[in-house]
Amino acid sequence: MGAGHAHRLYRHGHSPVHGLPPHTKLAATFAFVVVVVSTPREAMWAFGLYAMLLAAVARTARVPARFLLKRLLIEVPFVAFALLLPFVAEGERVEVLGLSLSVGGLWGAWNVLAKGTLGVAASVLLASTTELRELLLGLQRLKLPPLLVQIASFMVRYGDVIADEMRRMRIARESRGFEAKGVRHWGVLAKSAGALFIRSYERGERVHLAMVSRGYAGTMPVIDEVTASRAQWTYALTLPLAALVVCLLGWTL
Amino acid sequence: MDPVTASLEVSGLAFAYPDGHQALFGVDFSIERGERVALLGPNGAGKTTLVLHLNGILSGGTGTVRVAGLPVGREHMAEIRRRVGIVFQDPDDQLFMPTVREDVAFGPAAAGLKGPELEARVDRALERVGMAEFKDRPPHHLSFGQRRRVAVATVLAMEPEILVLDEPSSNLDPASRRELADILRSLDVTVLMVTHDLPYALELCPRSLILSEGVIAADGPTRELLADDALMSAHRLELPYGFDPRSVPTGA
Amino acid sequence: MHVPDGFIDAPTSAVTGVVAATAVAVSLRGARRELDERTAPLAGLVAAFIFAVQMLNFPVAAGTSGHLLGGALAAILVGPFTGVLCVSVVLLMQGVLFADGGLTALGVNITNMAIVTTVVAYAVFRLLVKVLPRGRRSITVASFAAALLSVPAAALAFTLMYAVGGTTDVSLGKVATAMVGVHVLIGLGEATITALTVGAVVAVRPDLVYGARDLRQRLRLRVNGELVDAPAAEPAPVASRSPRKVWAVGLVTSLVLAGFVSFYASANPDGLEKVAADHGIDKKAEDHAAADSPLADYGVKDVTDARLSGGLAGVIGVGVTVVAGSAVFWAVRRRRTAHPADVSPASTSGA
Repeated sequence: MGAGHAHRLYRHGHSPVHGLPPHTKLAATFAFVVVVVSTPREAMWAFGLYAMLLAAVARTARVPARFLLKRLLIEVPFVAFALLLPFVAEGERVEVLGLSLSVGGLWGAWNVLAKGTLGVAASVLLASTTELRELLLGLQRLKLPPLLVQIASFMVRYGDVIADEMRRMRIARESRGFEAKGVRHWGVLAKSAGALFIRSYERGERVHLAMVSRGYAGTMPVIDEVTASRAQWTYALTLPLAALVVCLLGWTL
Repeated sequence: MDPVTASLEVSGLAFAYPDGHQALFGVDFSIERGERVALLGPNGAGKTTLVLHLNGILSGGTGTVRVAGLPVGREHMAEIRRRVGIVFQDPDDQLFMPTVREDVAFGPAAAGLKGPELEARVDRALERVGMAEFKDRPPHHLSFGQRRRVAVATVLAMEPEILVLDEPSSNLDPASRRELADILRSLDVTVLMVTHDLPYALELCPRSLILSEGVIAADGPTRELLADDALMSAHRLELPYGFDPRSVPTGA
Repeated sequence: MHVPDGFIDAPTSAVTGVVAATAVAVSLRGARRELDERTAPLAGLVAAFIFAVQMLNFPVAAGTSGHLLGGALAAILVGPFTGVLCVSVVLLMQGVLFADGGLTALGVNITNMAIVTTVVAYAVFRLLVKVLPRGRRSITVASFAAALLSVPAAALAFTLMYAVGGTTDVSLGKVATAMVGVHVLIGLGEATITALTVGAVVAVRPDLVYGARDLRQRLRLRVNGELVDAPAAEPAPVASRSPRKVWAVGLVTSLVLAGFVSFYASANPDGLEKVAADHGIDKKAEDHAAADSPLADYGVKDVTDARLSGGLAGVIGVGVTVVAGSAVFWAVRRRRTAHPADVSPASTSGA
């Protein structure tokens, strides 16, 4: 479940990874994760190599290991799920420390943990080396429908504003001695949520007014265009290509 | 430059919102080119509603609005919106782009400007409000006064015929308030300033309109209107404690 | 419920990716019909709202708390198309910005949490609003039921995906029972919060609740003392074009793909082995098999053969997704640029 989004992952820096055009990074990350997911789970060494590849990227990007590891915590709910798998899965069973575990379940748990963790780590690296604004430009460059990118950029622009409004409403509630303690107080919280919706919607209307007042007619004017040279593409795609080699080895060995 | 056409002409304007609430009951006035006029009125007088009619965002009622002779209506909408620059009350609504630069560029870019020409337009607009050094900042990292100034720049970048400001002095500290007044005085455009900040109106606008209960209740020199106690109290307009419009030196 | 990478196999992820891309493309058109040029700012702000409200914790008891998923709420407040868009954008940004939910699982996540929840919730909601007597209470009741059903529906959809492309062999009964059981509980919380929130909005601004917009009335104007009928609102100019064609294309594409790819991806590995064996590509795999793997002794039989073909299917699936997804978006974009949206003087409220 997605609670606790208060902290953005971006870390300011000037590494070669920070400097890459955003769409090359997005493409590289996506390709890398696809390759990881398509790797057979029995090739355990391959996952080790992937982790080393990511570690190399993190080093180039000067993202400290501690930062990266801390961000991996987002995965915890699924770790719990993965740990359950050996107990509930079907098929052949083995005895480990007196527990009867399913072999398929063990493999499943390993599969989810390895691939999930690598996926999260890759995403964290992407998010920590690419500014929000750039990510949106990158998505636009990768031919996501413009309207979707616009919606995303409005969400990003006003996310803080609305979270701020929510915080002020909480302070207002608490200053009047209200503290939500249980289900009985949901009514009050829901009223806040309702008020927040009305404010958000009305702000959306006002933003729209401000936009049409400046000549908006349904399409966003293109102001910034990001481009990538062949060298930058090659540099960015080194990661997924290296991973692909590992993956192919994983299939054939 | 035809001196005969007024910058803005409003006649017989009436309007009700979809929820049934009627805000305007027949508004008439006109503003000459180069004038600075204040639109005064208590809360709920219909000021914001009137403003939204000036560039055709609201329509569907009766009456007409003309900007430099051009009627506000569907066919000239793009041109009207370029000519009427509205600065909204909450700069957070106005600054919807990720960086100051992109926000100021939005209007001219929507009008088709590109490349170095666009860049020059942005720089000039930011220069005029003294915000050039904040070009690449995200708007939500600026102070409120700075955001208000950038909001003015976003509109100036479109080189409008008339600048419409909705409560320009609200939420500003005294220094930001004065800075904004200096900026507005330095501009060479027609200005319509919607406000209930009466001293600010007196400081900047020689002429004022009073909008009350959806009609224009008075139109005349700001100093005279503010000095007319009966008129003022009839429309719930109150001067700040100790402020006497008769004793203020002629500023503008 | 954000599914990470590696939970669902590559081909199934690819198919859900196509489903999600199609649904988003359809919603983009639908939302434009609902909101015309106001789509971007309004949907963006509602997405920001959903994002924020997911952070609002509702305490349950003894230090535990729940929070809203928001699919049903979005559908009822802003309509199904805009709802799908808002929740999809939230999921996309969570995946890209916060590493929450795998990038390859984006299709799975969007299909479950954005599409299934909003569509189910909206269908249930509209049905109940039609059946129940007109009034605010009915809106609240309908919201409750809609949200209550939407969460287990998403859980069921997930179970279905797991059945087709799960990476571990867990009995479906167990998955279904666990998922649906847990999510009925979550659904209860979701339903209460949604109903209360919708109720709070209906009480203040009923005109903003998309699902209740037929409760509105016609208005009249008073001009200089006389009552005049307001001119009828102009129909949104974009509304006239039907999105049926896009629907049809999308549906056929995803059906064909679903059929084609799931043949490879079927939960029953026999199909895979057969394909592999028929083409003789499993020979080499056989030799090396799991020899390098520390668990080789346990003799995980299926994998040896299924490996290559699984990978093959993955590659095909991913390739197909990319091609189909871009084709759908390209088609939609083409249509849009062919008919630039008219500038309509939208009559907006909010003085």
